[in-house]
Amino acid sequence: MKKFIARRLAIAVIVMLGASLLSFLLLYLAPGNPAHAILTAQLGHDPSLEEVAFFMAKHDLNNPFLVQCSQWLYMITHVNLGMSFRTGEPVLVEFIDRFPATFELASASMLIAVLIAIPVGILSALKQNSMLDHISRLVSLLGVSMPNFWLGLLLILFFSLKLGWFPCFGYGTLSHLVLPAITLGTGLAAPLMRLMRASMLEVLRQDYIRTARSKGLSEQVVMWKHGFKNALIPVITHMGMQIGHLLAGAVIVETIFAWPGVGKFLVDAIYARDYPVIQGFVLIIALFFVLSNLAVDILYTYLDPRIRYDVENGK
Amino acid sequence: MTLLSIQNLKAHFHTEDGAVRAVNGVDMDIEEGEKLGLIGETGCGKTVLGLAILRLLSENTTVEGRILYKGQDILTMSDHEIRKIRGKEIAMIFQNPLSSMNPVLTVGTQVAEPVELHQHLKKKDAMQRVIEMLKSVKIPLPQERVKEYPHEFSGGMRQRAMIAMGLICMPSLIIADEPTTGLDVTIQAQIIELMKEVLRDSGTSMLLITHDLTVAAELCDHIAVMYPGEIIEYASVRDLFKDPKHPYTRGFLDSLPDRGLKPIAGISPSLIDLPAGCKFHPRCSLATERCRKERPELIKVGIKHYVRCFLYD
Repeated sequence: MKKFIARRLAIAVIVMLGASLLSFLLLYLAPGNPAHAILTAQLGHDPSLEEVAFFMAKHDLNNPFLVQCSQWLYMITHVNLGMSFRTGEPVLVEFIDRFPATFELASASMLIAVLIAIPVGILSALKQNSMLDHISRLVSLLGVSMPNFWLGLLLILFFSLKLGWFPCFGYGTLSHLVLPAITLGTGLAAPLMRLMRASMLEVLRQDYIRTARSKGLSEQVVMWKHGFKNALIPVITHMGMQIGHLLAGAVIVETIFAWPGVGKFLVDAIYARDYPVIQGFVLIIALFFVLSNLAVDILYTYLDPRIRYDVENGK
Repeated sequence: MTLLSIQNLKAHFHTEDGAVRAVNGVDMDIEEGEKLGLIGETGCGKTVLGLAILRLLSENTTVEGRILYKGQDILTMSDHEIRKIRGKEIAMIFQNPLSSMNPVLTVGTQVAEPVELHQHLKKKDAMQRVIEMLKSVKIPLPQERVKEYPHEFSGGMRQRAMIAMGLICMPSLIIADEPTTGLDVTIQAQIIELMKEVLRDSGTSMLLITHDLTVAAELCDHIAVMYPGEIIEYASVRDLFKDPKHPYTRGFLDSLPDRGLKPIAGISPSLIDLPAGCKFHPRCSLATERCRKERPELIKVGIKHYVRCFLYD
């Protein structure tokens, strides 16, 4: 197991390097000049040629691509993500400042998704083709096909403008969290519910479920003791991938609700061509993806005893 | 005394292609302590019959007739009542023990379930019982192996564990569905030996469902031959081998390796589209006009020897 984790972490370093080099290349090739974009925003008018030249020189933006690349590599290997062009603050500090908000939103929406999707998915499978099943499938189809920004706007319209129950944007209290978490949570719940249902149906067809029934076990025991753990395996895989996405910041939802998270800051950085911020965030997000996938892989060994990482060539 | 009496049992399931008539009017008795072999080709409805006894068929199946267990009709029991029969009075041993055991639960947990449920044993006592049981089916180091998962067992060991799981509550009847199919020949022989031994010791009745006549001959007293949905011949093992009556049974015997390996001409009819009259007439060289039209009844041709064929009418 330790060997497996060590190997995966080594691969993680390669993945992160690859991701940041790729994003570096894309930024280099992308149109638009960061000096121009940022100075315009800071000065409030078009910068002069001298100002642009000064900015470019100050941030080493005139160097050839490979030189810039190696400067970046040198920096990150010394745990330094550089400074934001816009704010002048270290990128890592900017990220750490915003991460709690994103984390809060991510956990709340994942919690909502799990609380809806797992019980409804299971019930739907147990009562296949019942009214409940049809309704839940219809709702999940709606959930899958409804874009986040639209659902978010509808919720704002109804619950904050019309009923006045929750604030329509902002950050700070629990009531600020409700609408964005529901918006994001519903989007997550829909595919998760379909997966839970399909997986449970698949498990219920297995021979060992018949064996369990043949012993005289009640349907509840058959479902929960024999079915649930088996059915959960693909659901966990899906959730693991979603966690990566969530921690990267739910850009659209954060923007609609003016949620001061990672996603919104990253999008703003992209508009402003704030290269160090984009670079640094891509790197950290890649790290989250790799780590959440690793966590899921480790979780597998607890769910499914057939999966072992410490035996070479199986047994 | 009759332990299980199946009367005019029909089991049909509904599919998009039409009704699959898997069991069509089966009558069969199993006495206390009797070992009955149910023989037939793949797809003749023998597994469906076995599952029907414990009401384990899927919900799209219609089951008619009566299945009397100690005089009580299983088909009219409540869900609660049938659960008290399952595993305690009548247990099942399935084929393919790898897929029939839960991959995420330990063998010990799975074998212990029937005693925890029906005899209300505590976890610790149940595990003690499981270890004894695994010892009696000759699984080495049972106290270690209870903690292992099915995939860590070999095929033969898994089937031994399945047998232990079936016998742990000392049921009156055990239904064994192809218990040796899919095992290596040497392992097959060991499992047959083991089943002989445990059944002799326990006095349990058995319904052995198999396509392998030699396995049935080893383990059973009587044999019922099934041909799509019906019992076509019933006899003691001795009579069946010495004096088979039904043309199908004769063909079946002739197809055995030590009797010349002669196949029966034609193929088994589809359960969706069964022929009228005697189900075997399209493949029977002795078929007459009557066989095409009328369904023959079971006719008594000897002591406990019955055949469904007009040749003996």
